[in-house]
Amino acid sequence: MRELVSFLAKALVDNPDQVEVREIEGEKAVIYEVRVAPDDMGKIIGKQGRIVKAMRTVVKAAAAREGKRVMVEILQ
Amino acid sequence: MDWIEKTGRTVEEAVESALRELDLGRDQVEVEVVEEPQKGLFGLLGAREAKVRVRPAQRKARFAAEFLEQLTKAMGLQVDISWSESDGYVRVSLQGENLGLLIGRRGQTLDALQFLVNVAAARVSAERKKVLLDVAGYRERREDTLRRLALRLGEKVKRTGRKVVLEPMNAHERKIIHLTLQGVDGVTTRSEGRDPYRKVVISATSEA
Repeated sequence: MRELVSFLAKALVDNPDQVEVREIEGEKAVIYEVRVAPDDMGKIIGKQGRIVKAMRTVVKAAAAREGKRVMVEILQ
Repeated sequence: MDWIEKTGRTVEEAVESALRELDLGRDQVEVEVVEEPQKGLFGLLGAREAKVRVRPAQRKARFAAEFLEQLTKAMGLQVDISWSESDGYVRVSLQGENLGLLIGRRGQTLDALQFLVNVAAARVSAERKKVLLDVAGYRERREDTLRRLALRLGEKVKRTGRKVVLEPMNAHERKIIHLTLQGVDGVTTRSEGRDPYRKVVISATSEA
């Protein structure tokens, strides 16, 4: 799952080498913290959050198969 | 492939000469302007030509197919990917077992995937084509269903004279309803509300 989050993030930014994804296992859900270069914040969030919303939809679909709840957070 | 550098009196001229050398069209390359031309004093002193860097752009279709291959692999899915190109569109189709999760409720996941592949592809390709994604023939089946639904409801509206409000649909699906009923006498369609709850309303044409 981490691989999927990382792949998507890297495909959307100008500085893929600065993308870091941290996986935090919670009791009920797994949180993915995505760190990108400051200049790339807009690129990964998109107008009115459209891009990150689409990312969440895809990651949730993939996680549902494993019966997990996931959250994707973007950090600078 | 590497960049080639060209100069010319104007940026367009410099790009033109690069295109001739590469034997490519304007929408098949990436262009970076290195130096804008400068007129100089009396058109002589300090005049500078335009300088551009040009290289072949990655083909959008190929990029889209590779993107989806890696993405589905990262999701642990096995898919067959095929694509075709037509005016303005790259159509990519995924086939395989258990791909329902890539479609989602009312095609929600499919729409998200299509949006992401378009955003990513626009970053690497100068081609203006839109990528249309289909999974297991879902879009085609859905279009058929929508067309039949539109015709059936159109008949009902004509028969009863009462308007019918459809369930919320995305822009593409609403368009199919509008187009299907465009040629049908006696009914008109319009969309109401705001996305994502925007819906088509079919009503009887009032006799003038």
